[in-house]
Amino acid sequence: MSGHHVTTTINGDSVEFVCEPQESLLDVLRNHLGLTGAKEGCGTGDCGACSIELDGRLVCSCLVLGAEAEGRKIRTIEGMAKGDKLHPLQKKFLEHAALQCGICTPGFLVAARALLERTPNPTETQVRYWLAGNLCRCTGYDKIVRAVLATAVEMKQEKRHAA
Amino acid sequence: MPLEGDIAQRKTTFKQIGTRPIRPDGVDKVTGRARFGADASAPGMLIGKVLRSPHAHARIRKINTAKAEALAGVKAVVTRDDFKDRNDALRDVLVNCMARDKALYDGHAVAAVAATTAAIADKALKLIVVDYEVLPHVTDVDEAMKPGAPILDKTMFTNNVEPKPTKPSNVASRCEFALGDIKAGFAKADVVVERSFKTEATHQGYIEPHACLANLGPDGQGEIWVCTQGHYMIRNTCADLLGLDISKLRVTASEIGGGFGGKTTVFIEPVALALSRKSGRPVKMVMTRNEVFRATGPTSSTSMRIKVGTTRDGRITAAEADLRYQGGAFPGSPVELGAMTAFACYDLENVKAVGYDVITNRPKQAAYRAPGAPMAAFAVESVIDELAKKIRMDPVDFRLKNAAKQGTKSAYGPTFGPIGLIQTLEAIKAHPNYRAPLGPNQGRGLASGFWFNFAGQTCTTLNVNLDGTVALAVGTPDIGGSRASMCLMAAEELGIGYEQVRTIVADTSSLGYNDVTDGSRVTFASGLATIMAAREVIKKMCARAAKTWGISADAVTWEDGQAKPAGSNAGNFKPMSFKEIAAASHSTGGPLAGHHEINADGAGVSFATHLCDVEVDPETGYTRVLRYTIAQDAGKAIHPSYVEGQFQGGAAQGIGWALNEEYIYGKDGRLQNAGFLDYRIPVASDCPMIDTIIVEVANPKHPYGVRGVGETSIVPPMGAIANAVSAAIGVRMLELPMSPPRIVHALDSRLKKAAD
Repeated sequence: MSGHHVTTTINGDSVEFVCEPQESLLDVLRNHLGLTGAKEGCGTGDCGACSIELDGRLVCSCLVLGAEAEGRKIRTIEGMAKGDKLHPLQKKFLEHAALQCGICTPGFLVAARALLERTPNPTETQVRYWLAGNLCRCTGYDKIVRAVLATAVEMKQEKRHAA
Repeated sequence: MPLEGDIAQRKTTFKQIGTRPIRPDGVDKVTGRARFGADASAPGMLIGKVLRSPHAHARIRKINTAKAEALAGVKAVVTRDDFKDRNDALRDVLVNCMARDKALYDGHAVAAVAATTAAIADKALKLIVVDYEVLPHVTDVDEAMKPGAPILDKTMFTNNVEPKPTKPSNVASRCEFALGDIKAGFAKADVVVERSFKTEATHQGYIEPHACLANLGPDGQGEIWVCTQGHYMIRNTCADLLGLDISKLRVTASEIGGGFGGKTTVFIEPVALALSRKSGRPVKMVMTRNEVFRATGPTSSTSMRIKVGTTRDGRITAAEADLRYQGGAFPGSPVELGAMTAFACYDLENVKAVGYDVITNRPKQAAYRAPGAPMAAFAVESVIDELAKKIRMDPVDFRLKNAAKQGTKSAYGPTFGPIGLIQTLEAIKAHPNYRAPLGPNQGRGLASGFWFNFAGQTCTTLNVNLDGTVALAVGTPDIGGSRASMCLMAAEELGIGYEQVRTIVADTSSLGYNDVTDGSRVTFASGLATIMAAREVIKKMCARAAKTWGISADAVTWEDGQAKPAGSNAGNFKPMSFKEIAAASHSTGGPLAGHHEINADGAGVSFATHLCDVEVDPETGYTRVLRYTIAQDAGKAIHPSYVEGQFQGGAAQGIGWALNEEYIYGKDGRLQNAGFLDYRIPVASDCPMIDTIIVEVANPKHPYGVRGVGETSIVPPMGAIANAVSAAIGVRMLELPMSPPRIVHALDSRLKKAAD
């Protein structure tokens, strides 16, 4: 058994790790690097609880090998707030009570950020289909969808304000 | 306000109850910092994995673990030989955690290993040789009840039947709840509808698989970190199964990633402790999703017959239910709760509900949100809908005419106090969604539902800090935001700010026993204990103020978060605030704390009515939910956002149960869809916005009027959706889920019938 030496960037920081060839990026994040914000709900890419961004692309980290992270840029939930300043999505999720147990929340937030960066003014239908890869068993999605739509409105207003 | 800790001391005007502050655990949960079951680790930790039976029913002749034990990196292997057999109530729990003479279902645990890495543990499992004698199996409830069915347990003779059976069967017991004379009742009916229904098993589907980190030393002292709805249950059960003193096992409840009833028992926890004891190392175990589906409790699958009769002017004269629920390989299906709740929404003179608890070669069922009630409600509400159509009466009016109300004697025994069913029906009738126009292939349905709600053993401790903030310790794991509700109730009672209260879920060594978070009991029972603990603190604070002023304690009153001199002393001293009394506590008698322990009663039953519009694609049988509206009695909504969330979440689970979710077994008795790809729970694009109406009929047994809200919301959806689908396609749907193939089949049958 020989490990792969991998150099990658996570949330802007340069990171090195050694992983076994069959280990998923999710296992590496959680078990080697202590980044347990991404969750394993299924291990088969069906629940979205392990959502991260890899070079700007939204992926299930359980379906990516640790070795594939070499030279890539990774964004996880741990990098979403800037210091003590929460991302607008994080604030709106709290204000709208868009979480109950919270296990799916990191995945939803990462996925929703990816949506708003591509589609700043999504319709309700766009939000629902974009987030269809993230399972939530507690909320019935109502408050999650509302939180995302409210964030889009707020971010738009902030942008206008800044301009 | 009097300070005596009387529950009857009701409050009806509030400053903070009913507001929507940010939950105290919120920031941790949106930043990834919150620590769930699988997020803990320990130095020297091993990884534990379970070997599971591939057979639905097999005798286990021999288990050879020698090769696995010899593999480098393997530190312990356990089988049935590592758990002492027993003959008491916990035997089924033990056997479900680790098979003994037989494997009883596909996925039943037969051995477990602990190794230095997950990869080595997986390899070791493949080296364990189990010698099985495969036996005939049965997974369907009706098949299991037939004469000649494979018998799972030759010592099982049906309980509660006369004469006592002479042959063993898969029917564990029979139950019956009745009022009046149904024969006479049906004789008075102008219209009678009798239908048979089936529902498939569904899984709670929590996104977090079961996980724990166990550490048990040779001195018999141990700790477990675990995602569970009841860490005291974990402690007591594991201590008993492993022969430990209860005091020596400390259990910490992690953040829990959903439970819905499915995390109210033990699965891997005793195994992890046994592996830890044997290896002398901490052992972490995390189930895969496949294991969660195959080996943890789904709910029962059912087969039911319902018969209801009504007069032409809409008064129900008699109602009858035969319910058959399979609860997996062990007795204990929630059929009794199904029989008790089946007709609870109606004020009936003549009613009879009979239930059969059946065992089959499936995983042991576990509680799932209002266990037993949703299936019976689906069947009963379908028949009620059909009757309303037959007598050409509006379905809300038909229900209103027969609705249970204060003074109704329910078939299961009690006479209801103040209840809110009628208010939920009236709220639905008044909602614009009840009159929204429907297009082609669209249908509207509604249904009502009932749940008891539980209360149970509870205690809390409230510690006052020197700066006037409060540390509140509760013993009920928080699944859906209950810490926010506890903070609100403590703050309301003490007259301090919500932000001044910090609520934690204490570990089992820090607080007295608490029952599991189940039965929608937490906001009611932990809330009640919190309010009473706060009242104790107020009483002590008044005494401290009295001491400071040199007057008698009963000459002090508490108003607006302040101790004030009263009676002849009124105005003689400057009132002391909560903060001032807290700051001076070191000089007035030391730390200030309140504690309350109770075996609570009076949880307050709850009713809901759901309204649903669907559109069915006649080509594919695909059903889209267009509108969904809920009215439910919450007694008093402490944090309305999380009350709405419970309503909406129950409805979404109901949408899944009604339209998609089912356990599919092959002829070989193996579960064919043990993953989220093939067992499809609703996703965001399957659901509409879910409108909610919170009805508040105060529960007289709670100081603020609270009723549990978590479970009632899953009782009406299947009936409401089935009624909507049946209206849309013109065929009565009698089986769940109403998946596309079943709907296409129903449409084809209708066409065939029309052609004949």
